Amino acid sequence: MTDQSRIRNFSIIAHIDHGKSTLADRLLERTGAVAEREMREQLLDTMDLERERGITIKAQTVRLEYQADDGEKYILNLIDTPGHVDFSYEVSRSLAACEGALLLVDAAQGVQAQTLANSYMAIEAGLEVIPAINKIDLPAAEPDRAAAEMVSILGGEPNDVVRMSAKTGAGVDHLLETLVSEVPSPQGDPDVPLRAIVFDSYFDAYRGVVVYIRVVDGYLDTGEALRFMATNESHDANEIGFLTPKSVPVQRLGPGEVGYLITGVKEIDRIKVGDTITMARNPADEPLPGYDEPKPMVFSGLFPTDGDDYEKLREALEKLRLNDASLLWEPETSKALGFGFRVGFLGLLHMEIVRERLEREYDLDLVATAPSVAYRVIMPNGEDVEIKSPQDLPEPNDRIGITEPYVKAMIITPTEYVGPILELATGRRGEVGNMNYLSPERVELDFEIPLAEIVFDFFDLLKSKTKGYASLDYEPADYRQSDLVKVDILLAGQPVDAFSAIVHRDNALDYGQKMTGRLRGLIPRQLFDVPIQAAIGGRIISRETVKAQRKDVTAKCYGGDVSRKKKLLKRQKEGKKRMKMVGSVEVPQEAFVAALQVDDQS
Amino acid sequence: MTPIHADSFVGSAAAYVHIPFCAVVCPYCDFAVVEGQDDLAERYIDAVVAEIARSERWRPFDAVYFGGGTPSHLDPVLLGRILESLDAKHGLSDGAELTLEANPEDFTAERAGLLRRLGFNRVSFGAQSFDPKVLQSLGRRHVADHIAASVQAARSVGFDNISLDLIYGTPGERSKSWAITLQRAIDLGPEHISSYALTVERGTPLSRAVNDGAPAPDPDVQADRYEHAEETLEQHGYSRYEVSNWSREDKECRYNLIVWAQGEYEAFGNGAHGFRDGSRFRNIRRLEAYIETVESGEHPRAGTDPIEDWDVELDRLFVGLRRTVGVAHGPGTRALLDSDEGQRLLIAGVIEADESRLRVVRPLLTDAVHRSVLALQSPIVSGKADA
Repeated sequence: MTDQSRIRNFSIIAHIDHGKSTLADRLLERTGAVAEREMREQLLDTMDLERERGITIKAQTVRLEYQADDGEKYILNLIDTPGHVDFSYEVSRSLAACEGALLLVDAAQGVQAQTLANSYMAIEAGLEVIPAINKIDLPAAEPDRAAAEMVSILGGEPNDVVRMSAKTGAGVDHLLETLVSEVPSPQGDPDVPLRAIVFDSYFDAYRGVVVYIRVVDGYLDTGEALRFMATNESHDANEIGFLTPKSVPVQRLGPGEVGYLITGVKEIDRIKVGDTITMARNPADEPLPGYDEPKPMVFSGLFPTDGDDYEKLREALEKLRLNDASLLWEPETSKALGFGFRVGFLGLLHMEIVRERLEREYDLDLVATAPSVAYRVIMPNGEDVEIKSPQDLPEPNDRIGITEPYVKAMIITPTEYVGPILELATGRRGEVGNMNYLSPERVELDFEIPLAEIVFDFFDLLKSKTKGYASLDYEPADYRQSDLVKVDILLAGQPVDAFSAIVHRDNALDYGQKMTGRLRGLIPRQLFDVPIQAAIGGRIISRETVKAQRKDVTAKCYGGDVSRKKKLLKRQKEGKKRMKMVGSVEVPQEAFVAALQVDDQS
Repeated sequence: MTPIHADSFVGSAAAYVHIPFCAVVCPYCDFAVVEGQDDLAERYIDAVVAEIARSERWRPFDAVYFGGGTPSHLDPVLLGRILESLDAKHGLSDGAELTLEANPEDFTAERAGLLRRLGFNRVSFGAQSFDPKVLQSLGRRHVADHIAASVQAARSVGFDNISLDLIYGTPGERSKSWAITLQRAIDLGPEHISSYALTVERGTPLSRAVNDGAPAPDPDVQADRYEHAEETLEQHGYSRYEVSNWSREDKECRYNLIVWAQGEYEAFGNGAHGFRDGSRFRNIRRLEAYIETVESGEHPRAGTDPIEDWDVELDRLFVGLRRTVGVAHGPGTRALLDSDEGQRLLIAGVIEADESRLRVVRPLLTDAVHRSVLALQSPIVSGKADA
């Protein structure tokens, strides 16, 4: 057990690619937590996908021992944070377990929207923010400019900003000393009943649920009977320990310490992140402030291409949920796609990652319907009903209005791109608010915009309009009434539920034309003309036709070569088995996938 | 032709003889053909004669079809040897139909006379088109005048059963050009006309050209051409008795009728196909391999597909539904009409059924019908499963 005065708990706030994982690697190496022979790139990013995409999805935690220049040995608990807006709720969890946050900024790229938002979050949480500029070894590095931006946000002097390179190791020692001197030590009360906050958990196939905790007050001892205050469940502390990053069991954790707890619980749902742990015998009166539950923002239907894989998909979702409590779903039936699930995601990246993991790790072939946000429908009796799927939208006569979620968005951009960004945002029904100059060259734009407008391709468009220089962050604001309509797509007069979408009235024609046009190219010619229509209620807004096939015959059956001809036709028939019948229309599986592809326009 | 008459050919016996030699191979052709190998002709004929001599004794043939390649490209004496050996081994029925495929460019009256005297009584010319541009893009060596001259030559020596093959839908062909081709063909008064859509077959020079960006035939244009042919030929007294074949009354190709009535036919020569004793079979396709196999005393069979149980019925529908008369009802037609796909075909007006027969009435969609037929499950098997 370490005295609180020798403990420093901190997170790293950094934009994607600004070098957070590399810095973590360097810190592990410098403090001897990991021998060099065990070192591999991005040690804390354990998921394959995290390494491939160079992003952190799950927060990781590691305890470092550092011999400081003052001759004392300090414990540095690094609580890693994800860098993408989809996972910002994980950032707030991590921050709640810390006294300090290291704001790490790329010397060439400067402050980004996400890092700025997370810095504000850290300041609001009362953390000491330590500014550091990384990648000073890069030829394009402009550390002075980056330092000026940081000072304009955090105050202080440019000279206080640590300048370093995680890659070369330059400045890392200075950073460690700054962490020791600037991050406040924990101020827990050792003499009151135990209070520890649960800031993360994951499922381990052998050990059950592993809970990450930060002790605030009192002591946590192995074997002690514990009470989880929010769930009101009691579990024993079967094992407690440090993460170095390997699990090292210890007898006791004291105030200010960070570690793990294993209780034997196997179901992840029984442990609530944000809960306060106290002792069953001598409980604390008040829990610690918890955090908001992550709320899914984007919904999409996931259907197995092969209907027989429905159970396999359910099992796969359940397994993913073991380590991702934000993943929620309910069964959904589509006339066109059969049985599947309506799945809620934190954002588009989260959706992509889940889909990719389902397909890759669980060998599933999936069709995903167009992503949608959650709308609220005001019913004639005044009731306010949430709908997550266009299929659930009541007919116009059975509703009074529809509200849609808005977000507060922040974009940081070089000033030269302000024009195109304003054009993009207002074109997406955004209402522009403040403009704050971080420096003469860079500006922060605030605006409010419907979530549905930014959740799909907005980020890609922003990147392409600003050559990748702008960054975006957003947080939920409120629900507002909008002129929304449901656009149905009809094949030969039959609505195809998988293609329905709720869109703003001004965008309805665009959506209708896009879908009918795409489908015309994807649906093979049939025995009949197949009209493809987009409709709002009973009104057709766009129409295309797949003309009936006129010739489907082999002219000549040479010399009585009946066998070869039969084999050819049987092969063609096998190909047709992958068709889904929608009413009387044969639709190839690929048509669903291709028609629902999120735009890759640039 | 009455349906009963058409179905009666199930009891006839036919033979197909393949002659692979051509002066020049056409770019769209994917048959077993060779050019520039005429030096092998005599060895080849020896091999075919040997194959016939060794074949299992059968009943006399009611129809023999010499297809190619270009049978007329060979010395008629060589073809005569084959006819002789067929007659010696199996016999030829009285009035048997003996057809020879011929190209118009060198079909002289002298050659015609020789062939007629050997016993051939039907000649089928690869006319293809009367439009010089179309003939050129099809890689044909003849011009329109050769066709008329050939027909005249054949007539002059007593051929009273002449067929012209036409090809429509060649990229670049105009609807007017097709109309003229049809009219000039009709003006020559053939007893029989086959008209085929130009088809891009895999592995042909045409297919390679299309893959490299040359225009491909347009199926909608081909449908227009087909409909035009159907109308024009009917107006001039030709009846369609199969997807691509029209004839004057009683001048249907008997060999074809036997194949489509599920009748039996023998196969001789490289790449030839036959149907006998419940099996469909084929010979070795490559010319030299065929010759060498026969010369070594072995049978030149490349493969045999026995048609058994339920497949016999599907096979009957498969071949029979190419005919205008369609097929008599049986378990297969009932299974089709009971299936969802059969109902769709019925509603779309592709097939038609009365109390005695099922017919394809939109012949351009015959393959769609065939795919559904081949997927039909045996009602007997499902009956067993229920028990």
